[in-house]
Amino acid sequence: MIIRRKPDIASSEITPERTYLNRRHFVKKAAAAGVLGTALGPRALQGKTTLQELHPRFDSMTSEMDEPLNSYEEITTYNNFYEFGTRKSDPAENSGAFRPRPWKVEIGGMVNKPGEYELDDLLSGITMEDRVYRLRCVEAWSMVIPWYGFPLSALINKVEPQPGAKYIEMKTIVRPEEMTHQRFPILDWPYIEGLRMDEAMHPLTILATGLYGADLPNQNGAPLRLVVPWKYGFKGVKSIQSIRFVEEMPINTWQVQNSHEYGFFANVNPNVSHPRWSQARETRLPGFRKDFDTMMFNGYTDQVQHLYAGMDLARWK
Amino acid sequence: MKQKRALFAIKTILWVSALSPGVHLVISLLRGSLGVNPVEKLTLWTGMTALVLLLSSLAITPIRRISGWNLLIKLRRPLGLFAFFYASAHFVIWFAFYNIFDFRYMWADILERRFITAGMAALLVMLPLALTSTRWAIRKLGKKWSTLHRAAYLAGTLGVVHYFWLVKADTRLPSLFALVLASLLGFRALQSRAAARIKLQRSSNQGRGTRFTE
Repeated sequence: MIIRRKPDIASSEITPERTYLNRRHFVKKAAAAGVLGTALGPRALQGKTTLQELHPRFDSMTSEMDEPLNSYEEITTYNNFYEFGTRKSDPAENSGAFRPRPWKVEIGGMVNKPGEYELDDLLSGITMEDRVYRLRCVEAWSMVIPWYGFPLSALINKVEPQPGAKYIEMKTIVRPEEMTHQRFPILDWPYIEGLRMDEAMHPLTILATGLYGADLPNQNGAPLRLVVPWKYGFKGVKSIQSIRFVEEMPINTWQVQNSHEYGFFANVNPNVSHPRWSQARETRLPGFRKDFDTMMFNGYTDQVQHLYAGMDLARWK
Repeated sequence: MKQKRALFAIKTILWVSALSPGVHLVISLLRGSLGVNPVEKLTLWTGMTALVLLLSSLAITPIRRISGWNLLIKLRRPLGLFAFFYASAHFVIWFAFYNIFDFRYMWADILERRFITAGMAALLVMLPLALTSTRWAIRKLGKKWSTLHRAAYLAGTLGVVHYFWLVKADTRLPSLFALVLASLLGFRALQSRAAARIKLQRSSNQGRGTRFTE
């Protein structure tokens, strides 16, 4: 796990234009790395695209983690985002018409400061940081992704939940006119996910607004998405439009879809098989073979196991 | 002569269309254009092609009966064999990349996961059919051959079930396959009922004077 805070400068002190320019720089470099990677083939790419090559800002982070990052191209062309289609290539191909700005987030439920917030207002005063996390999909593949975002706890503290709030529920926006596959009943729209309050407050849990230091592309859940690195990827609800603080455990979309396959917790666990495949191993993309041993809590055991003390993880899956 | 030319034409069409998915996959693989997860694509497309070809082979008889174009029967064997070829490739890819050539992983997968159980069963049902598809075997087995090769319907059903159980949410395509399979089976059932009635009539004609009680 790598957490590195940027120096304590209020975001107001950073000129937006410079940030913007920097971001373009990242995108260009990242895209270049991706293109080069494709030309060389997947094998050559592995281990080549490091954060160092992308920007000196990431220097100290790379030295802490010896697993190579996935390229910008890999992260943005292989997505599960059923609102734009069920094939992995669909979200990148079909999300062009989606407009992530302007964006409002509705905060509701048991909270002292409910309301419909402009995203920029909601983020003001919150320090953005880079986080390199493994992403383990329930489908037994994984990537390493440099997110850009902030701890969810910062937002929670800002809106002041009431003591009765035990869970947090988040929903994806519904815009069938822009989200091509919301016109079909593939899932029960809107996509709903949730966390227990202690999970939501955990410092590893972030809301991402970008990756590789640049704004999130639409296919990755622009402009705001959840990232919980010790849980399967489907917990990471994308394009978040609503955040509610509730007393009861929310029923997330995949529980509605297929209750005996996916539970609420969905912690990465090599010992508990999915009914249709083993979770003991994974394919670390862009590799070919499913030969990467899946780690308990996706390798974040030391940080998160206390959350589940005394819980039977085979039952609460 | 005309017949011969027509046969050559439809056989050419069949070979080209049955081989092109495989050729396309191999070229894409070599060019590295199968995307971030090539194995997933290889698995999906070999499986899909196998299923389409298998159902096409089952569709030959109904189409022949309806259209009266008897030449079509010549396509049934190559279609079935191509289906078996793609199903075998599908199996090898799964064994090699998902189970990294480890029989213990393979067994665990087959026993624990029902969609793999169904898929494996489909392949095993297809195996003796492929082996007995030679002219020599047809002659040798005689009447038993037709009975044995009715198992193609079982393979098709297992294949569709395999696909249905695999899909997580969007069941539109597996439903379409199921619908096609159901109509093929339905046609077959109607036909054998009609055949049975004819047989019954014949035997009652022969046994004139004896009474039939049901």
